[in-house]
Amino acid sequence: MSSLKGKPDEDIKIGVYVCHCGHNIASTVNVEEVAQHAKGLENVSVARDYLYMCSSKGQNLIRQDIMQLGINRVVVAACSPRLYEQTFQNVLRESGLNPYLLQIANIREQCAWCHEHGPLATEKANRLVSGAIKRVIHHSSIEEQTVPIFPATLVIGGGIAGIQAALEIANSQQIVYLVEREPSIGGHMAQFDKTFPTLDCSACILTPKMNEVARSPYIRLMTYSEVVDVSGYVGNFTVKVRRKARYIDEDKCVGCGICIEKCPWSTDSEFDADLGLRKAVYTPFPQAIPNIPVIDRERCVYFLKGKCKACEKFCEAQAVNFQQEDLYIDLQVGAIIVATGYDVFDPTPISQYGYGNLPNVFTSLEFERLCSPSGPTAGQLKLADGREPKSLAVVHCVGSRDQNFNAYCSRVCCMHSLKYSHLFKEKTGGEVYQIYIDMRCAGKAYEEFYERVQGEHVNFIRGKLASITPDMSDSVDEEKLVLTCEDTLLGNIINVTVDMVVLGVALKPRSDSEKVAQILRLGRSRDGFFMERHPKLDPVATMSEGIFIVGCCQGPKDIPDTVAQASAAAARALAMVVRGKMDTGAITASIDENICSACKVCSALCPYGAIFFDETSNVSRVNRILCKGCNVCGAACPSGAISTRNFSETQILAEIEGVLV
Amino acid sequence: MSFEPKIVAFLCNWCSYAGADLAGVSRAKCAPNVMSIRLMCSGGLEPAFVLKAFKEGADGVLVCGCNLGDCHYIDGNYKTLMRMTLLKKLTRQLGIEEPRIRLQWVCASCAEDFVSAVNKITEDVRALGPYRQNKVEVGSGSAIS
Repeated sequence: MSSLKGKPDEDIKIGVYVCHCGHNIASTVNVEEVAQHAKGLENVSVARDYLYMCSSKGQNLIRQDIMQLGINRVVVAACSPRLYEQTFQNVLRESGLNPYLLQIANIREQCAWCHEHGPLATEKANRLVSGAIKRVIHHSSIEEQTVPIFPATLVIGGGIAGIQAALEIANSQQIVYLVEREPSIGGHMAQFDKTFPTLDCSACILTPKMNEVARSPYIRLMTYSEVVDVSGYVGNFTVKVRRKARYIDEDKCVGCGICIEKCPWSTDSEFDADLGLRKAVYTPFPQAIPNIPVIDRERCVYFLKGKCKACEKFCEAQAVNFQQEDLYIDLQVGAIIVATGYDVFDPTPISQYGYGNLPNVFTSLEFERLCSPSGPTAGQLKLADGREPKSLAVVHCVGSRDQNFNAYCSRVCCMHSLKYSHLFKEKTGGEVYQIYIDMRCAGKAYEEFYERVQGEHVNFIRGKLASITPDMSDSVDEEKLVLTCEDTLLGNIINVTVDMVVLGVALKPRSDSEKVAQILRLGRSRDGFFMERHPKLDPVATMSEGIFIVGCCQGPKDIPDTVAQASAAAARALAMVVRGKMDTGAITASIDENICSACKVCSALCPYGAIFFDETSNVSRVNRILCKGCNVCGAACPSGAISTRNFSETQILAEIEGVLV
Repeated sequence: MSFEPKIVAFLCNWCSYAGADLAGVSRAKCAPNVMSIRLMCSGGLEPAFVLKAFKEGADGVLVCGCNLGDCHYIDGNYKTLMRMTLLKKLTRQLGIEEPRIRLQWVCASCAEDFVSAVNKITEDVRALGPYRQNKVEVGSGSAIS
């Protein structure tokens, strides 16, 4: 513990300003008494009380005292520092004082407003003011810093969120790197058949945007690539990207598709949710961007057995190159937009629903592919035995709003379930049952779509599904499924017999989101999605300066919300890039090199990797741009070498002394 | 005159301090015995702060942070949790009764949690009476069990 005796050499002159806040403070706390009490304390040159300190007259009082009385520390006893600290900091700045020579005593929210009028409230206000006075003696000037922003932005993930963000930035003629893990951009949206509530075809509205990405001279598209490491900080990130070997030369390939045609080997198509087949050399779907195939090393017989090379033989452009290796490249960017999307919940663990055992139980994503004209059945709805289904049950909240799996609502499932009702009716004219807990159709024209589907003679059953079992009765020779559920509106347990079931599965954080969070130093909320800086007022930025999150990696959301958030993140990134510099926080940790004993406890604890070890001088050092000032390091340093600016040990210990005098 | 406990509260800037502000904004009344000191993160609470408070005459110490999983600094409050567990072992040996130190998670919208924590520790400490320092002589051997 460092000594409190080491006060600064300068002559400390404190001005104390006690605010009445009209009657807000003055009706509970005797503000004149508080000012009087402050006058008697060490180093206090002047103490005043005033009706509204935040008014321009109130601010002028402080300005005048700084100019005329030579006040060099200021204590304002008023409302919460979360409200007006910056206002009063500006007063100091304008008067030629460093803004950090200020301390606020919160005598409104945390005193006047939560206590009864009386001597105890005034005594508490006195104590809070004493604490602020003792503390401000140890305040010192802190220089705010700006960092230059490198004029390029990285977008991670090429779904609709990443595409939108990249296009917005590129349209402002700024450089964007768009990195996508799969062979093509498009993401989940490319897999959908129709989009709710307007029922426009997903591919029809998405592919023009994908083409725009391919055409833009400002977008450097890297598909089949992954971000493996991020170092540096806001304005100057170094990003290591692994460009996985395609075994097809991107510069030579003309996208004729002859390699795909000639490849004799097939495997399950991930794009078709494993319902269809693709070749070992493939593009995930016909409109892929870029239209350059990849050779799947795990499936290619040449890689497995050393023979075949059919693709190479037929490729006139001689683009096939089995010798290609993964390439690691470093990118320099100023800002990063994370648009890594979501995984769908695997309903296998809910064994009573029979997914995986009953062939006519599908997930929502599988149903999208079955409906899609480019899907495995060319848009024909078919059961496992090839028949067309005559009835369908759509089960809501599978893995969502379920304490056993995910407590949250996945937000899109009610709407896509309604869409499935409509599509099924359109394609087969059969019966549809919706088994729902609550219908949540909040969004522009969503409720109207719900009404439309209600008018299409869809059966709505309010209740949670208990089980799906094969129909064992003798009367049917065709395979049917029996759904047992409680109809909470009838108050009965009912059975529904259908041909086909769609499980509206939850949207989940990506399975590798923990790893991605580590690479980017992002927080995750309890549900596992990446954490925004503020749930309401800043749902785009993160606690890592210069890194933004958009789309479902931040939480489940539909396409309109995703696009809006992506545009917002692009605007934020552009604001940095166009200005070319940004201000970073002043409250950061510093390490006294003379005291540091090189134990490295601090660097292991820092959530932002802001502390690095300097081998040559054998001490730890703080990167001020990365540091967020939490003082976790300072609290742990066994030598007391670390101090956080404006929240130093000396300052807090002095405040403790003050409030307890 | 009846005994009025003096209690120091350490609040993290992002959740607990905002929660305590909200208590005021909602005009929720609580005991006037607790003086708040703002930290950036509860994980930045040095154990020395707690000991210092008792040394300077506090009768109790309340530590508040964000709910687990909601830390503004990713996982600072887990560090608080571990640190407070260890600190309580030490303070027990120093003769500081258990209820005099309280750890409470307070989210930015959890004004009631803050108010009830303030009232609880005030009542607990009031029942215990003033904290008298050096009840256990350091080096007497009885402090360490």
